[in-house]
Amino acid sequence: MDYYLSVATFAALNAILALGLNLISGFCGQVSLGHAAFYGLGAYAAALCAVAGAPIWLSIPVGMLVAGVFGVITGFAALRVREDFLAIVTMGVGFLFLGVVRKQQWLGAEMGIARIPSPLDKWGYALLSIGAAIALLLLSLHIRRSWMGRAFGAVAQDEDAARSVGIDVAGYKITAFLLGTAAAGLAGGIYAHMTQLIVPDAFNFVQSVTILAMVVVGGIGSSWGVVAGAVLLTLMPEMFRFINDYKLLVYGGLLLVVMRFSPGGLAGLVFRLTGRRLA
Amino acid sequence: MYLLELLLVGLVWGCTYAMMALGLTLVYGLLRILHVAQATVFTLGAYVGLLVANHTGSLALAFPAAALSAAALGPLIYRLVYQPMLDKPPYVALVASIGLLIAMEDGFRLLFGPYGLSFTRNTWFTTTYSWAGLSLNVVQISMVIAAVGLLSAFAWFATRTRAGVAWRATVSDPAMAESFGVGVSGVRYQSFFIASALAGVAGVLVGLLNNLVEPGMGAMIGYKGLAIIVLGGLGNVPGTLVASLLLGVIESFGTVYLDKLLDRDAIAFLVLIVILMIRPQGLLGKAH
Repeated sequence: MDYYLSVATFAALNAILALGLNLISGFCGQVSLGHAAFYGLGAYAAALCAVAGAPIWLSIPVGMLVAGVFGVITGFAALRVREDFLAIVTMGVGFLFLGVVRKQQWLGAEMGIARIPSPLDKWGYALLSIGAAIALLLLSLHIRRSWMGRAFGAVAQDEDAARSVGIDVAGYKITAFLLGTAAAGLAGGIYAHMTQLIVPDAFNFVQSVTILAMVVVGGIGSSWGVVAGAVLLTLMPEMFRFINDYKLLVYGGLLLVVMRFSPGGLAGLVFRLTGRRLA
Repeated sequence: MYLLELLLVGLVWGCTYAMMALGLTLVYGLLRILHVAQATVFTLGAYVGLLVANHTGSLALAFPAAALSAAALGPLIYRLVYQPMLDKPPYVALVASIGLLIAMEDGFRLLFGPYGLSFTRNTWFTTTYSWAGLSLNVVQISMVIAAVGLLSAFAWFATRTRAGVAWRATVSDPAMAESFGVGVSGVRYQSFFIASALAGVAGVLVGLLNNLVEPGMGAMIGYKGLAIIVLGGLGNVPGTLVASLLLGVIESFGTVYLDKLLDRDAIAFLVLIVILMIRPQGLLGKAH
C-alpha cells in the first residue's frame, strides 16, 4: 500500500509541475527550459523554513512565494528576450540555480539538506498532493475559459497583434510566470517534506526536460492532456524495469517521436481520432 | 604570470567553444533551429576518434575518421528529424533536438559503458612545452591550431568560393537565392556537413584534452554552445567567435575568483543572462 501511495504522490507532484509549466509554455507560449529550478527553489525554501522550526502550513507557502518571486524576475527577462532567446535564458536560469546552490555551504552544497521534518504520514502527503493537483487542474480549466486565458492565447499566437488590440502583454506574461512557478514551488515544498532530504541534482536540467516531456507528451496547451502525460510518464518507469534503468533513453526518445509524428501529443491524437478538443 | 596562464587556458577553451558554436550558428542562420543535438555529433566524433586511435595507434587516422563519422550523422539528423518539422513552431524542433540529445546519451552509455574510455597512448596529453614560465601541452596547442585553421578555412569558403556565396545568399534570403538558381536543400546539407565535421574534430580534441571520452561529455558543451550563439547574436558568425573566446576567458578566471559563489557551468549562463538583459539582441547582433 505504501508503495502505491508514494507512486500516486509522485504522479500528483509531477502533474502539478507539468500543469504549472503548461500555464507558461502552453497557455502563454513562453517556452521555458528551466522549470526544475523553481521546483528546487520551492523545495529549498520550504526545507530551510521547516528546519528552522516553521510548521508545514507556513513552510510550503513560503516555498511557493520564493519560487513565485523568482518566477516574476524570470518573467521580466521574458519581456526583454523572445522565443529562442528566452528558451536559452530559461535554460540558463536552471544552470545558474544549480551552480549557485552547489556552492553554498548554508544550503548544504552538494550534500543538500537532510533531516527535514515530516509532519504528515504517507496518506497525508498523497491527499495533499492529489488535492493540490486537482485544484490546479480546475484552476487551469477555469483560466482557459476566462478572459485571462484568451489573453494568454493571444500573447502566445502573436504578441504584436495582441499588443495592438490593447492587451497588456507584459502583465500577462509575468502573471503566467508567477502562477506557473508558484505551482512548481508548491510541488517542491511537498516534495521536501515528504522525502526529508533534498540534493541539488534532483532539480537539474534533466528534471526540467522531464517536466517538459510530460507537457509535450500530454499535449502542450491541454490541461487534461498534460495531467495524463504526467501520470503516464510517472507510471511507466515503475511498471517496466528497463525504463527505469534507461529513463533518459525513453524520455528523450518519446520527446523526439512525439515532436516528429504528433506535435500535439496525446491531446492531439484524441482530437484526430474523435474530433474533440481536450480542454 | 599566473594571470597570463589563466588567460591562455581560457583562450584554449574559447577555441573549443568556437568550433562547436560555429556549427550551431550556421544551422541557426539557415534554419532558425537551435541544434542542441550537435552535442551528440560531438560525442560520436570523440568515440570514433578514440576507438580508431586505440586500435590503430594513430591519431592521424583518428581525426579524419571522427570528422567523417560526425559529418555523416549531422545531415542524417537534418533529414530524419528537422526537415519534416520546418513548417512547425520553433519549439517543436528544439524539443525534438533535446530529446535526441538525452536519448543518445543513454545510447552511448549502452554501447560503450557508463564510465568513459581513455586513450591508451595519449602522447599529446603528456608532452608539454614551456616558454617563459607558461606551459601548454600538445593537445592545447593543437586545439588552438585546429580552431584557427578550420575557422580560417571556413572564412575562405564563405567569402571566396561559389558554394560559400550560395550559402551566404541562402542565409540572407532563401527565396531570392532559390530564384537565382541556388539549390537551397543542398546548401542545408552542406551546412550540417561542415558543422558536424567541426564538432567531430572538437570532440576528439576535448577527449584528448581530458584524456577521457564519456557519454555525457557533449551535453554541457552543447548547452554552452547555445548560450554562446545567443550571446553573439543568433546566426551572427563574428559575434559567435567573439562570444566563444570571451566565455572561455571569463570561465577560466571565474572558476578561480568566483569559486565560492557558483560553479563553472553557472558562470557561462550568468554572463549570458546579464549581457542579454543589457543587449537583448546579443553582443554583435542587430536590433530589430
